[in-house]
Amino acid sequence: MKRGEMVFIKEDTICMCCNFKEIFYVVLAIHFFDFRIRAASAFKGSSALGAGVLHASRSLHTSQQSLAPLPPLPEKGGKVRYGLIPEEFFQFLYPKTGVTGPYMLGTGLLTYLLSKEIYVINHETVAAASIGIIIIYGIKKYGPSVAAFIDKLNEEKVAKAQEVKDTAMKCLDQAVQNEKKEQWRVDGRHMLFDAKRNNVAMLLEINFRERLHMVTNEVKKRLDYQIDVQNLKKRMEQEHMINWVEKNVVRSITPQQEKESIAKCISDLKILAKATQARATV
Amino acid sequence: MADKPVTIAQKRLLDVKLAELPTWMTSCDFTPNGILSAMRRGHDRYYNKYINVKKGGIGGISMLLAGYVILSYIWEYDHIKHDRWRKYH
Repeated sequence: MKRGEMVFIKEDTICMCCNFKEIFYVVLAIHFFDFRIRAASAFKGSSALGAGVLHASRSLHTSQQSLAPLPPLPEKGGKVRYGLIPEEFFQFLYPKTGVTGPYMLGTGLLTYLLSKEIYVINHETVAAASIGIIIIYGIKKYGPSVAAFIDKLNEEKVAKAQEVKDTAMKCLDQAVQNEKKEQWRVDGRHMLFDAKRNNVAMLLEINFRERLHMVTNEVKKRLDYQIDVQNLKKRMEQEHMINWVEKNVVRSITPQQEKESIAKCISDLKILAKATQARATV
Repeated sequence: MADKPVTIAQKRLLDVKLAELPTWMTSCDFTPNGILSAMRRGHDRYYNKYINVKKGGIGGISMLLAGYVILSYIWEYDHIKHDRWRKYH
């Protein structure tokens, strides 16, 4: 191994074979980058900007106690400076080197890479520079508007979901209120039972009076019958007696008596006629 | 600042002291399952920090792309070596 050459990092071992101070910083830098490269290159960058992706990475119900409702997504991601270097790196170096530390580190690193031609300037550099300029220009110019557009899309999705949730909440609230109202109505059940009891009492009364009425009618009918029977009996006895008396009387008048009575009547009539005649001439 | 004794295996790499490094290395889980779970954990950390947020920035994917660029440069270095301007540095 030549002096100054570095063994690139395998796993997490740091093998240093030279003692330049800047090499130490470079190794640290590469250590950080390597960690990120390892993690980043392990999977393809499978997500777009924004939070429209399935939350497969947040722990599903792996533990007994599930955090329901899920905690909301963080507002902003980890801060990244110049779009490439996370802010934590700057904070990590701040206590020892102040604000310019990482920039000096970057300058030293660049100088080292260029001078030792670990980064070779060839046609690709020109291509990369041109593309880099265009990309940065595009992002600076159109970044905010694209971000606003995507945010609007997200807002619409969230608003729809929120609407569904609000409707459901309202329905449930309504159901709860209805339930409470029903419970309040239950308190009036004694009035309901009183009314029912009144109804039943009235029916019983009606029935009782109907039967009373019927009983009276029947008894009256029976008594009327008895009266009629008695009247009939009396009448029949009377008539029978009269008939029998007449018949006996008529039978008792013998022909003899009849002739005598007729002769008497005729003589009486003659006398009467004579009397009247006499009175008339006088 | 040792509030409670944490075993070496559970410490994260940045908290491991240099002297404990070999112990830490041996206590790593190098089974396929372990490697897969380590990759899954790394992915989750990155994803939840930079991408799975309400207003993600350019940093989320740009860091991944930059990492890809650097990695592909490293893989191609043996080929790019021949474009060097000077033989001796």
